[in-house]
Amino acid sequence: MPDNFFLQVAVMAVVTYLIRAVPLALCRGRLQSRWLRDFLFYVPYAVLGAMTFPAVFSSTASPLSALCGVAAGIALAWMEKGLLTVAVAACAVVFIAERLL
Amino acid sequence: MIQNSFRKGLGDGTPIGLGYFSVSFAFGISAVAAGVPVWGAALISMTNVTSAGQFAGLSLMAAGASLAEQALTQFVINLRYALMSLSLSQKLDPAIGLLERLIMAFLNTDEVFAVASSQEGMVGRRYYYGLMIAPYLGWSAGTVLGAAAGSVLPAAARSALGIAIYGMFLAIIIPPAKKFPAVRRVLLLAVFLSCLIAWTPLSQVISSGFSIILCTLAAAGAGAWLFPREEAERQG
Repeated sequence: MPDNFFLQVAVMAVVTYLIRAVPLALCRGRLQSRWLRDFLFYVPYAVLGAMTFPAVFSSTASPLSALCGVAAGIALAWMEKGLLTVAVAACAVVFIAERLL
Repeated sequence: MIQNSFRKGLGDGTPIGLGYFSVSFAFGISAVAAGVPVWGAALISMTNVTSAGQFAGLSLMAAGASLAEQALTQFVINLRYALMSLSLSQKLDPAIGLLERLIMAFLNTDEVFAVASSQEGMVGRRYYYGLMIAPYLGWSAGTVLGAAAGSVLPAAARSALGIAIYGMFLAIIIPPAKKFPAVRRVLLLAVFLSCLIAWTPLSQVISSGFSIILCTLAAAGAGAWLFPREEAERQG
């Protein structure tokens, strides 16, 4: 846990809340910019992709076990399994890979 | 017409709460794997109530990111809520005042927003408050139990748990990437840029937190510019 844990959580909570509250409290109109609407649509995928790669390869004891976990995760996600299923399966594959390799 | 039944809201929120339980259970496990105690995981969930933002915050904390990087990342990753809140403001009973709107905004998650939007006519305060309850309880309880379960797991499982958060990210991004070619391209561009920065001397001058912001702005910006969406797709 980082030394500034409380500050980190406070920043997360305040920023997240303000994004939700300010438009609801103040705005009544629809965004006119199509580019901005499309940009906002693509944001979650871009941010999660950038956050996952390449950081995932240093998330376990070895890049090789992480690679096995990623492969399993992508395969199950491709089959549209749920969040918990994909996460647990990736962990299980890493666990097994680190015992075998 | 105004949908204003508390019981109806409570009922509509229950399946959301059950769904949140399993996601936040995984968040609790991830938080403990990242070195956050059970109460810390609960604090994050009960003050944020957002999946992608919390997972991002956790990985940034683990990477030792600065508060400014944390704030910017939360802003970028959660910016979509601004659109939902904008839309919800049109849907709420106009009689609902500012103070109550500020309370309702706290739980404007993707799913709560989706269900509220699907009601016929306007949404009243009693319905919305009923709708908020089960998702908040499910999100909080799942986190605590997940973190508690993660704490008692043997040390041998710790390394394996490190990948849980990324497994969840994959489960969020892969299905839409499979369905929409434009999403796939945006995703691949973001991954390419992120790896490019991390695996070249650029990583000396760009921190991991700032790299995520740069890659997001570039990939989502390019996507909006190169692959404008048809009106029919915008419902998604």
